[in-house]
Amino acid sequence: MIDAVGNPQSILLLGGTSEIGLAVVEAFASDRPMRVVLAARPSPRLDEARARLEGRGCAVETVEFDATDLGSHADVVQKAFAGGDVDVAVVAFGLLGDNEQAWTDAAHAVELAQVNYTAAVSVGVLVADRLKEQGHGALVALSSVAGERARRSNFVYGSTKAGLDAFYSGLTEALRPHGVVVTVVRPGFVHTKMTEGLQAAPLSTTPEAVAAIVADAVRTRKELVWAPAPLRFVMSILRHVPRPIFRRLPL
Amino acid sequence: MSSLPAPVGEPRRLHGWGRTAPSVAEVVTPRDPEEVATAIRGAGPRGVIARGLGRSYGDPAQNGGGRVVEMTGLSRIHSIDAESGLVDVDAGVSLDTLMRAALPFGLWLPVLPGTRQVTIGGAIGADIHGKAHHVVGSFGNHVESMVLVTADGAVRELTPDGEGSELFWATVGGMGLTGIVVRARLRLHHVETAYFLVDTDQIDNLDDLMDRQTRDDEKYAESVSWFDAVTTGPHFGRGILTRANHARLDDLPEKLRAQPLKFDAPQLLTVPDVFPPGMLNKLTGKIFSELWYRKSPTKHGAVQNITQFLHPLDIIGEWNRGYGPNGFLQYQFVVPPDRGDVIRTVLERITAAGKVSALNVLKRFGEGNRAPLSFPRPGWTLCVDIPIGRGLGELCDELDTIVLDAGGRHYLAKESRTSAEAIRRGYPRLDEWRKVRAAVDPEGVFASDMSRRLELV
Repeated sequence: MIDAVGNPQSILLLGGTSEIGLAVVEAFASDRPMRVVLAARPSPRLDEARARLEGRGCAVETVEFDATDLGSHADVVQKAFAGGDVDVAVVAFGLLGDNEQAWTDAAHAVELAQVNYTAAVSVGVLVADRLKEQGHGALVALSSVAGERARRSNFVYGSTKAGLDAFYSGLTEALRPHGVVVTVVRPGFVHTKMTEGLQAAPLSTTPEAVAAIVADAVRTRKELVWAPAPLRFVMSILRHVPRPIFRRLPL
Repeated sequence: MSSLPAPVGEPRRLHGWGRTAPSVAEVVTPRDPEEVATAIRGAGPRGVIARGLGRSYGDPAQNGGGRVVEMTGLSRIHSIDAESGLVDVDAGVSLDTLMRAALPFGLWLPVLPGTRQVTIGGAIGADIHGKAHHVVGSFGNHVESMVLVTADGAVRELTPDGEGSELFWATVGGMGLTGIVVRARLRLHHVETAYFLVDTDQIDNLDDLMDRQTRDDEKYAESVSWFDAVTTGPHFGRGILTRANHARLDDLPEKLRAQPLKFDAPQLLTVPDVFPPGMLNKLTGKIFSELWYRKSPTKHGAVQNITQFLHPLDIIGEWNRGYGPNGFLQYQFVVPPDRGDVIRTVLERITAAGKVSALNVLKRFGEGNRAPLSFPRPGWTLCVDIPIGRGLGELCDELDTIVLDAGGRHYLAKESRTSAEAIRRGYPRLDEWRKVRAAVDPEGVFASDMSRRLELV
């Protein structure tokens, strides 16, 4: 249960080495240690994450998870829930990819679509089923402002996040009668390994800042948040800017 | 009668009186013990728990993904014996209903908590207490026998001393995790009137307030104090000590003597569900505290009715809505008699954290009973209400440590956020209780959000 003051007792991170995802886990763990399930491919980064969370007093389990191996997802989710109820599940895996390559190379485009959209939908369905059985829980999906309006510089990634966003926004409604809150998070430009070397967009933020917004959203049962918050208003304007102007904007 | 069709429940979102941490369960409403047994036998993998009127603050009467048995359908008062004071009631009867029915016979429920909107089953499950605890103990002390439907669907009659007494006492305070109480026999007290003879003392600081409560509480059947935790400085913890005895016929003024057992509880208004978050803040908290303090000057021997004395908040229906949609938390603990200092420490921490608690209730408990999970034990119990807000979790974790280090513990009926470890420390007889429970429910049919959260079973 997420208790009366918003402390979960267990959290599942799908994309167990995601910087934003781990920052979310830490944001909760800093208030009270809990049971953590990290689902990811084995790697030194995963071991590091595990050690850091254990240092915070969390009981950490790892489950091997490869987003591209769709056939394994059911098994992964089953293992992730084997230790008891999951109070918060975070879908945090994703690839940024190379836009120029992606829109000219079908294989790369499909890779992005598979990981960011298909795999996210696949685990979304499976996790939703378990949360429904629990009758409580929070499911967080990391979307992106890139999905709100496709930009020339980033539209393949943007299209996958648009799909993810639509799926989880709908799931929010489907799971509401079952006591489960789905939160769609739309960060802007976040300084992480994934965006290293890229030129930061205005209102850029950090994993910790996104995590603080996510933790607050889960605690207050919010269904849609932007990180940072002002992006909500920026995007609502940008969505309606006429194309001839939009394409000239330095975005 | 196991051929009864499986009850059809409806999914419902349930939360406690604190309006926090909801979950969705299948709710069934049986009308007799047979249907209760059927509901238990048909429980799925996430088990079943009974629910009364939902006055527990946290999550003991909800069971996410499982089944919840709403007990208000079992609502008969079978008999009231004016002479012996014995009453035989269904577990879904509320204390309010029973009190109203028993008063005309000159009978009084010895244990009444801050609200009468509690079922008999809930009163047993939480082993509730009232302002009379220092004299009469908690609810379980007044149960002569109870009928419990256990995990196997069997119907057992239990008494405090006879065969099955272990299960009786594990059920008292057992938060519904040993089975479902469907009926109970209680022994009530005899009274001449439905009024109290109340002594009110306005005392201008916490130390003097506690000192007074220590000195002459035994002269009164009922004793409690409210105090102001908003005003700081030398008047920190100024408060109102109200203590009373049941009024005798001779104590009543002429006009009340004609109908000395008459009771009518007005409900002046119901709070609409429209309050924004943050209604209770430093300013409103200060205003409330000032008014509450000023309205009760020192006065001895006043005749008050039940609502005036016992349940001033019952005049306002659904008062919990006033805290807004984020809900609130009630923090109640008890510490041993020689650790009264903890009361001040806890209040100072709450104030230092910038939190506002307007309803602070302090009482001195008498002896506890035999139930392993019963909350009351000799000492001081403090109850504070705090609206949910940032930093509250950390503050409460800090308070837990202070309380547990002093040898204290938390009240499960109010609990909504502590750790399994805190309950283990506070209830040293938890394992003893678990053994009894494991024997009667080996497969863990009875489960609640609370039992999972606090790892009670």
